[in-house]
Amino acid sequence: MNFTRRKLTAALAGAAFAVSSFASVATAQEDTIKVGILHSLSGTMAISETTLKDVMEMLVDEQNAKGGRLGKKLEAVVVDPASDWPLFAEKARELITGDGVDVVFGCWTSVSRKSVLPVFEELNSILFYPVQYEGEESQRNVFYTGAAPNQQAIPAVDYLMEEEGVERWVLAGTDYVYPRTTNKILEAYLKDKGVAEEDIMINYTPFGHSDWQTIVADIKAFGSAGKKTAVVSTINGDANVPFYKELGNQGIEASDIPVVAFSVGEEELAGLDTAPLVGHLAAWNYFQSVDTPENAEFIKAWKARMGEDRVTNDPMEAHYIGFNMWVKAVEKAGTTDADAVIDALPGIETPNLTGGVSTMLPNHHITKPVLIGEIQADGQFEVVSETEDLVPGDAWSDFLPESKPLKSDWVELKCGNYNTETEKCLGSSS
Amino acid sequence: MPASPFPYDNPLDAPDRPMRLILLLSGLMALFMAVTGPVRADETELRAVIAKFAEAKKFSDTEAVIEEIVSLGDTAAVTALNELSEGRLMVRDSDGEVFIIKGGKDPLALLDPITLEQVGTAAESELSKIKIKNSIRRMIADAVSGLTLRAKDAHIRMEAAETIFSRPDPEIIETLDGVIAEEQDTGVRQAFIEARAAAVLSSDMSDDAKIDAIDILNARGGRDVLPILTTASTSDAAAVAEAAKTAIASVEERLMFWSAGQNIWYGISLGSVLLLAAIGLAITFGVMGVINMAHGEMVMLGAYTTFVVQEFIRNSAPGLFDYSLAIALPLAFLVSGAAGLVMERGIIRFLYGRPLETLLATWGVSLVLQQAVRTIFGPTNREVGNPSWMSGSFEIGELLITTNRLWIVVFSLVVFAILLLVLKRTRFGLQMRAVTQNRPMASSMGIATPWVDAFTFALGSGIAGIAGVALSQIDNVSPNLGQGYIIDSFMVVVFGGVGNLWGTLVGALTLGVANKFLEPYAGAVLAKIFILVFIILFIQKRPRGLFALKGRSVES
Repeated sequence: MNFTRRKLTAALAGAAFAVSSFASVATAQEDTIKVGILHSLSGTMAISETTLKDVMEMLVDEQNAKGGRLGKKLEAVVVDPASDWPLFAEKARELITGDGVDVVFGCWTSVSRKSVLPVFEELNSILFYPVQYEGEESQRNVFYTGAAPNQQAIPAVDYLMEEEGVERWVLAGTDYVYPRTTNKILEAYLKDKGVAEEDIMINYTPFGHSDWQTIVADIKAFGSAGKKTAVVSTINGDANVPFYKELGNQGIEASDIPVVAFSVGEEELAGLDTAPLVGHLAAWNYFQSVDTPENAEFIKAWKARMGEDRVTNDPMEAHYIGFNMWVKAVEKAGTTDADAVIDALPGIETPNLTGGVSTMLPNHHITKPVLIGEIQADGQFEVVSETEDLVPGDAWSDFLPESKPLKSDWVELKCGNYNTETEKCLGSSS
Repeated sequence: MPASPFPYDNPLDAPDRPMRLILLLSGLMALFMAVTGPVRADETELRAVIAKFAEAKKFSDTEAVIEEIVSLGDTAAVTALNELSEGRLMVRDSDGEVFIIKGGKDPLALLDPITLEQVGTAAESELSKIKIKNSIRRMIADAVSGLTLRAKDAHIRMEAAETIFSRPDPEIIETLDGVIAEEQDTGVRQAFIEARAAAVLSSDMSDDAKIDAIDILNARGGRDVLPILTTASTSDAAAVAEAAKTAIASVEERLMFWSAGQNIWYGISLGSVLLLAAIGLAITFGVMGVINMAHGEMVMLGAYTTFVVQEFIRNSAPGLFDYSLAIALPLAFLVSGAAGLVMERGIIRFLYGRPLETLLATWGVSLVLQQAVRTIFGPTNREVGNPSWMSGSFEIGELLITTNRLWIVVFSLVVFAILLLVLKRTRFGLQMRAVTQNRPMASSMGIATPWVDAFTFALGSGIAGIAGVALSQIDNVSPNLGQGYIIDSFMVVVFGGVGNLWGTLVGALTLGVANKFLEPYAGAVLAKIFILVFIILFIQKRPRGLFALKGRSVES
């Protein structure tokens, strides 16, 4: 008993020390603008998110080299939520209240974003979310710089329909919220376009699925019905490598059954021999191979910092755009105060890396071009199709009956889910 | 990738064949041309058309140039077309000349697109690739098949026939009639006849000709004929539609039989992966009773050893790449075995008889190992290549067998047999069994029980490392590799019966086959859940698993 009490006192003292040291750090560095980075550096998602932490640190350093903002230096504060969804909320709270950051760049999976939403709303801070996602969300404190479904999934399907003449569709995904919602939207869209029920096959697999033999054989069988078939893949993370290996081994070539993926980028291909995959597709808003001066400069800086063999990818560009938008908004507002910056952000324009100028929209999504790329033998993508104009991100899909009447506008309506039929704002439920 | 080992009718087909051969061949070609006199008139024509690729800015321009090449009908264009399809036809930026490039590193060798003579070198930055996409690749394949119907190499003719079969064009029927009459090779002839049948069904020939064609396709069978027959079954002519429907039913009936075989094969293959993952655990957990949560990380260490070996070979001795796995095997065994030995001596030996603490401690070790690997090798996937003998697939009837899976099945059985021999036939195996069955008695017989424990644990971990070498061929090599296998491994060992290797074998194969028969009906997610539910129920009924150990040793 005595022992436990002693332990408890020691723990309390330790905690008190920790709090006081936090406070002293905060006072000592009062004159910096703090930028929180909330990306997993350990656990399953570290594979994708570590890169984003690195790119954020690079952007902060570059901004400091240009003289910081508002006469102050920027300071990156990195925490590791360790791919643990509840921990994301805890770490977000720690960043905002403990470290006093003015803005947070972070999250990858939708479930981690959902986990931090209430924290950002309660503490009224700003989150920039850089990954393509399923839409059906618009929150006042969050700015979505990744693609909404209409900036990735729908244009990819259009490309396959028009250019490749695809009539039969396999929607294959990992079993969680992003693939399920995206596939629901795609299914509604395809049926809208006159594709029959029996020409759509939907397949879900667990996270990290590694035995693809049956599913690839099923896809092959599904593809032998006399109609051009394609696979739309929302397969996530590690499961992609064995999937593509199995496709290659079973001899499914891109010219017969192309696979268009929404979660496979340069980073994922780095662990793979891409020679058997040449011609399979991916839809993104950015590819490393895009030939613009801005991109060349970005890649050069990245490689100089991280090493020659490192690649760039779409979520990195999203952070690039998001960070530059935030810097401009802070300049415009003249302060880093959350409310002022949130009001200043819509309408901010900043060049993206593909040669256009992206704009922050009132619904907290941005305009982006949609690029379709084919995998090359060197692990890069070659753009085979590009939208003429930038596509504005749509928070609420027009192809789902329940979200069709919804509209998000934080400038005029001050509402993320305004129902245009009942003319009511549904409030902060989502 | 083309399945045939001889994809092209030119010396470039083998990318790593010595340059000398090419020079020799081009020299011969030059000699040949010198003997036969001036350059053929149509070659200049072809050259002029190929040069137009330089101005093709849009995909539609490239398509137009290919069409023009096809209209010339010159077989000399085949190489250039194939290289275009592979992305090795490039334009020199300075003067807009078109070359085939050769070699992977700067400077690249420039070959003339028709004569294939080396005409110079250039840095990669001075060249731009002629862009293509899937539809152009298809167009090239069709064009090449049209031009290679009379190629000297039977493999190339075969491939041409297969291409026509997969995308039949009625206009080619007449040409095919001529080719079929000339063809000597019976296999290729048959392929041409089938390709012709496919083309007939997409033409507007007479109903009788179509019904004959349906019979030919029916005799061929297989999944490939279904798309063609399905299209034919919607024909306006009732007789044709009827014949097509009967043929589809007959083809599908034969496929049904094969699909059962296919499921069994997939099941065995999945079972062999489970066996590999679990067999090390069958020693550490099954025989020693240590709940080793770091087992998956031993597998991961083996996979990373493979990566390091391959990386070393890539940099210093590329010729040895096909042997990389054989080199990695003993190394992986040593690395994981050593890790196991350290773990047993450092942690586990203090925790014998305290399963809960062992579980927590080994779980901690697993996290430490994961993060260590993440820090050293980075969080991203590492590329472990398949040696050529582990790539591709072959068919037995309609049964498609991928080579890497076949090797893994063989490998897992070999590992199992060796382990069984070690346990039953060696002195170490005897001591190991003696210690685990009755420790005080073994000790009083003069066996150094602590060291037997340590080496038993090292053996189990080493086997896990070997499994990692095999699994690196089908899964991705990342710090999370082990996590995916730990649950499955425990499942197999518990189901098979703790302490019995045969139980692990039967358990792994049963679960694999059951999973693969459920998957087509229930989907991958539900199949996995069903299997888990089944095991829970099974353990209720038989707590000691399939093959329970009998005898007094069990009591202790």
